[in-house]
Amino acid sequence: MGLPTLWRRNPESTGRVAKIQHPLGSALAGPAQSHADDRALASVFVAYTASATFWLIFATAVGLLLAFKFGAPDFWAAKYLTFGRLRPIHTNDTFYGFASIALVGLAYYVAARSCGTSLYSTALAWAGLALFNIAAIAGTIALDLGYNWGDLEYREWPWPIRLIFLAALLVTGWNLIATVARRSADDIYLSNWYTIGGVLWTCIIAIVAVLPWYQYGLGQVAISGYYMHNAVGMWFTPLALGVFYYAIPKILSRPIYSYALGVLAFWTNLLFYPLLGAHHFLFSPLPWWLQTVAIVFSVAMLVPVWGGSANYLLTMRGHQHDMIHSYPLMFIFVGVIGYLVGSTQGTVEAFRSMQAIWHFSNFTVGHSHLTMYGFVSFAVWGGIYALLPLATGKSPGRLGIALHFWMALVGSFIYVISLSVGGTVQGMDWVDGKPFIQSVVDMQPYYVWRGVGGLLMFLSHVVFAWNVWRMTRGQAGNAASPILPPVGEVAA
Amino acid sequence: MNKLLAIAGGALGIYIVIVLLVAVIPAIELSQAPAGPGVTALTPLQDEGRQVYAANGCGYCHTQQVRPLDEDKPFGRPSAPGDFAFQTPELLGSERTGPDLTNVGNSKPSDVWQYIHLYDPRAVEPESIMPNFKFLFDVVPVVPPGETAVPVPEAFAPKNGKVIPTLQAKALVSYLLSLKQSPIPGFSTAVAMGTATAATPPAATPAPAPTGYAYDAAKGQSLFTANCAACHQASGQGIPGAFPSLIGNTAVDDADPTLHIQTVLHGAHGVVVGGVKYNSAMPPFSGQLSDTDIADIVNFERSAWGNHAKPVNAADVAAIRAKGN
Repeated sequence: MGLPTLWRRNPESTGRVAKIQHPLGSALAGPAQSHADDRALASVFVAYTASATFWLIFATAVGLLLAFKFGAPDFWAAKYLTFGRLRPIHTNDTFYGFASIALVGLAYYVAARSCGTSLYSTALAWAGLALFNIAAIAGTIALDLGYNWGDLEYREWPWPIRLIFLAALLVTGWNLIATVARRSADDIYLSNWYTIGGVLWTCIIAIVAVLPWYQYGLGQVAISGYYMHNAVGMWFTPLALGVFYYAIPKILSRPIYSYALGVLAFWTNLLFYPLLGAHHFLFSPLPWWLQTVAIVFSVAMLVPVWGGSANYLLTMRGHQHDMIHSYPLMFIFVGVIGYLVGSTQGTVEAFRSMQAIWHFSNFTVGHSHLTMYGFVSFAVWGGIYALLPLATGKSPGRLGIALHFWMALVGSFIYVISLSVGGTVQGMDWVDGKPFIQSVVDMQPYYVWRGVGGLLMFLSHVVFAWNVWRMTRGQAGNAASPILPPVGEVAA
Repeated sequence: MNKLLAIAGGALGIYIVIVLLVAVIPAIELSQAPAGPGVTALTPLQDEGRQVYAANGCGYCHTQQVRPLDEDKPFGRPSAPGDFAFQTPELLGSERTGPDLTNVGNSKPSDVWQYIHLYDPRAVEPESIMPNFKFLFDVVPVVPPGETAVPVPEAFAPKNGKVIPTLQAKALVSYLLSLKQSPIPGFSTAVAMGTATAATPPAATPAPAPTGYAYDAAKGQSLFTANCAACHQASGQGIPGAFPSLIGNTAVDDADPTLHIQTVLHGAHGVVVGGVKYNSAMPPFSGQLSDTDIADIVNFERSAWGNHAKPVNAADVAAIRAKGN
């Protein structure tokens, strides 16, 4: 560490021409940055991370309760604790509370640092954070009181609340674009393509989802298919990939393997992903052409997924040693593998022959956790562990970060494998024409294992909260960060 | 700035075009899909029930879409675009932790069954993992005039007082009972009580020579589990006051199988068994079960739980089927 490294179009690069630069880019920050700016950026990053951590703990506590209810359906079956009200609270708060807020916090930090500038507006960042939180709180209360917009997955919040979320997105998009516009160099680092793209696309998603004119009967089904996949793949995916593109070169002090491949993945993701939403409604009365288009582009998604994954893995190639000594990199490595495996699995699931067995079964729940957890959440954690210590100068203990990593990894393995196997059993029961109740009975052991995995995952989040505390309020230190110099010195 | 404009503007513009093409424009067209024949709007009470259904997230475990796959045949004919004309918000669902409900009004037409099942699903289905919805019911010391107590089996009933449904429960059950596919020529709307074994089309089985008491006992039991046990229970004892016991039942355990076969074929309503009048409706099975299937069920019932009545064969069923209702 600490040796000058040749960077070409690296995250800290301030020009098209390759230049010698210290990997601790902020030390060489341009005149636009002052210590006050650094502190403002750090406090925004910390606040977003802390908020996200709260929602992570809350939403996964709810998830754990839901998992328990599969074995004990009469446990806490009262009105405000009934399964059907808590289930959308779990999904919406992990999506719009935890993952969204965490990724926007990371995006701000990456935008400012990679452009060598300060945030365009700290006030807008705070306003966005407030709006995200107001939406999540109001949404949680509304769902628990039984006010929803139908059981429309991931857009159950009543529309006024989703407008608050849209306002948060608009504020975020404005602030990110204006920040990147202040860069001194001509080039825009790839991470910012993904984050700005993600925010802009999600504004469209939020608008399309809320306008009422074309959402009657089957028309609404078409929008549901579009929404439930675009809200994942055009929001969490690009923002998490933006974290990869910044954090991997940062940790390894080497440029991304291929900038061009990253650009190709960006445009192909944009061209292919929006088209595959209808694969959630194969064999439904939606037009057959729409379903077939969705299948075709589910296969086409292999281009950006494999291209992007190869890019990250090739950047890491030959640095296994660094990985062993760097938990942030381990988190990111798992995130990349989660992206590769989860997305490829999604392609396989989209075939009609596979859907005939897996659709409606718990296999789908396993898939959504492999992607949202194995990919997105690990990307978030890797990004936070790699970058938050740079902003605050404080690191979590090695034991804490190791506990988080291994409990989350083992927990999610148990979770995904039990539901994948169980979901297959469930689907085969249906294909075999057994009485329906047999599929319920056969799932029981897998539900138990899912609960075991879920418990480990939840406990890992509690440790994560402790680690966030150490990275923000704890003693200054640098135990586990791969990027901080070995003694004392901090970046911000 | 130009580069930023190109990337952000280009990405946004391309995305808007794609979204219009694959989401908004198809949705505009699909929103205007006309109602299918026989598909009608819900009554105000049913509509309120639909809101109770959505508010409590029933759609997370129950789908309302039947796919053109063999495994979906127990739930009815494949769903058609016209089925969804009055379904906003849509409740097609994405998971079958519990069975599809597209035709639950046909397969479980008894409101009494629906009430007991909502109050405590395990009272009628011991293996169910559905949460109870006791919060949709009141427990009162005296049943007010105009109300009817839900005959919850003793083991599941509150120790003191009677269970009566709230308005929300009434609306929900009214909605559930309204869930019936309308017929489309060429498709059978017949549904089983939740099994795929009923996928066999009504067969005009040629009458085999009477062979006495030989039948497929395993299949008979499986068909019974899937089609009959929800009300009559695996024990055959039914639910006191709600669904009659089949043990020593005068229709079942009788030398003459005519009434027994007739009841399975055509359903029943308001029958008196053992001096007790049962108001619950039993659905007809003539539409979805073949003569052989019905003979297997009937023979299972006539020989299980200590019953030992004269066996029947598919020809007997065919003969009674031919007479009509």
